[in-house]
Amino acid sequence: MEKFTTLTGIAAPMPLVNIDTDMIIPKQFLKTIQRSGLGKNLFDEMRYTPDGQEIPDFVLNQPAYRKAQIIVAGDNFGCGSSREHAPWALLDFGIRCVISTSFADIFYNNCFKNGILPVVLPPEAVAHLMDDAKKGENARITVDLEDQTVTASDGKTFAFEIDAFKKHCLLNGLDDIGLTLEKASAIDAYEARTATLRPWA
Amino acid sequence: MAPRTLYDKIWDDHVVHQAEDGTCLLYIDRHLVHEVTSPQAFEGLRMTGRKVRAPEKTIAVPDHNVPTTLDRANAATMTEDSRIQVAALDKNAKDFGINYYPVSDVRQGIVHIVGPEQGWTLPGMTVVCGDSHTATHGAFGALAHGIGTSEVEHVLATQTLIQRKGKNMKVEITGSLRPGVTAKDITLSVIGATGTAGGTGYVIEYCGQAIRELSMEGRMTVCNMAIEGGARAGLIAPDEKTFAYCMGRPHAPKGAKWEAALAYWKTLYTDEGAHFDKVVTIRGEDIAPVVTWGTSPEDVLPITDVVPAPESFSGGKVDAAKRSLDYMGLQPGQKLTDIAIDTVFIGSCTNGRIEDLRAAAAILKGKKIKVKRAMVVPGSGLVRAQAEEEGLAQIFIDAGFEWRLAGCSMCLAMNPDQLSPGERCAATSNRNFEGRQGRGGRTHLMSPAMAAAAAITGHLTDVRELMGEMV
Repeated sequence: MEKFTTLTGIAAPMPLVNIDTDMIIPKQFLKTIQRSGLGKNLFDEMRYTPDGQEIPDFVLNQPAYRKAQIIVAGDNFGCGSSREHAPWALLDFGIRCVISTSFADIFYNNCFKNGILPVVLPPEAVAHLMDDAKKGENARITVDLEDQTVTASDGKTFAFEIDAFKKHCLLNGLDDIGLTLEKASAIDAYEARTATLRPWA
Repeated sequence: MAPRTLYDKIWDDHVVHQAEDGTCLLYIDRHLVHEVTSPQAFEGLRMTGRKVRAPEKTIAVPDHNVPTTLDRANAATMTEDSRIQVAALDKNAKDFGINYYPVSDVRQGIVHIVGPEQGWTLPGMTVVCGDSHTATHGAFGALAHGIGTSEVEHVLATQTLIQRKGKNMKVEITGSLRPGVTAKDITLSVIGATGTAGGTGYVIEYCGQAIRELSMEGRMTVCNMAIEGGARAGLIAPDEKTFAYCMGRPHAPKGAKWEAALAYWKTLYTDEGAHFDKVVTIRGEDIAPVVTWGTSPEDVLPITDVVPAPESFSGGKVDAAKRSLDYMGLQPGQKLTDIAIDTVFIGSCTNGRIEDLRAAAAILKGKKIKVKRAMVVPGSGLVRAQAEEEGLAQIFIDAGFEWRLAGCSMCLAMNPDQLSPGERCAATSNRNFEGRQGRGGRTHLMSPAMAAAAAITGHLTDVRELMGEMV
């Protein structure tokens, strides 16, 4: 997994609330058996007409946002299904950070497995960053994971909270499975204990 | 020991290791697998030379892509990419030695229906699956939730998950439901009251007389949609109904193990005085048959109501409601019962069990559909067989429904069962998102009885008006 330390980039404003994982990557693209290549279908039904033409109004089709690395989104981003194809599609497009007032749990968790930083900020802060994002490509937003801050193009800085373990893994690009396997003896001991306590399980 | 909630108890019994910062390694008793969210996880194991740690606790079944038409044994009914995904699961199940129900097996069906049906899901267990509707299994007093593909790989390799404990939320439904009101109306009404993010960060325990009075099928319907309220998991304390459902299932314990299990299961309840971080109480008598009008599961109203005006909401929901009404082709003030329906879909992990089919058939008996098309997709091959034995299948067929084979089908339309642009569907599934059932398709969520009522009138209908004729 790629590390996330700091990022300065263009932020795309998506003020819609409840952007669900069916919007982020519709089901017809879940038939892949790979993780890569989904970026071209990110937000597919909002981004293209049924015959595949770009919809010019859609934010990521606008010249200023075609190279966006950050999304500033409405409440409850990523609700719906557990499909990790949603963060895979975001990452493949080039998005490394999503900022919102709230995220759905499973999506939030999935981001960390893929080097994407989801940032939760209060409504006033998200509103400020949304306005900043609407200024287009000249308004670069900076996200610093080590310091846990987001800085708008006007220099205004907002601090965010993040779980210490998740932060550590993301800063260092660590593989969860490797870390867990270091505790294999604890898993062995648990299994031995429950084999007697709950032999049916 | 301080009083604990049901969630606290199951959590405590599954902690393998706890770090100083509170991050836990949680043991997973049952890992359910389907073809859409698992290929990359198995590939990850191959690339790192890792094995499945507990293949005997891992259960796979293809459900999302599989065609539900009677000719599905013919490979040509599947698109090439769907066929590849199902073939990958066939191969992964064989290579890694996990339990498997292939498409040709009568026990095949939707993973969340097969798990309980085969006795894999039992009280007090931790159950995960790369699928958000894993919450379904909470009906047994199991801690069950969806995970992403990276976590699927993590569970395959280690039989554990890295987790932080969620908060406790209690949803109490007091009193009894009125006639015509079902488990689906409970779960939709709760989401309508709390919103799709109301449960974010929480595990919900559903309790109260109306929940106790539900069958196991109804309880599964309630827990299934916990995720639509933002909660990863929903739970219901096990009781005699739970034990009776589990007894004799193929993978349920037998003999002395059954007795030991039963003794343990009877300790699985929330202690008097245990702390909940959030409590929601709804009177069972106040719940009406409901439908959704918009493109979020929180867009719920009693069938007697009218389409709301976007201005009646606040914040970002005003624009979201405008967008929803535009997408759904509805006008504020329009009576919900005036909305004409093209298609009826009965099935899914929310409402594809035998009781759901019985409820729909009771409304349809001796009637004909007035919609363009209607289909019933049983949740498993065994549900289908039982419905045929009970004569329900014939009622559906006589009414004009297509009687399909088991799968996820039009709930998420990954197989050929899809809506066309503008096609309006009365669905017993769980999500009314834009494009969910097919690009441009318009979904109204409701109970099986309400969907059956819409099928025979051709518009959204208050099922209670039809029930008068039945009693």
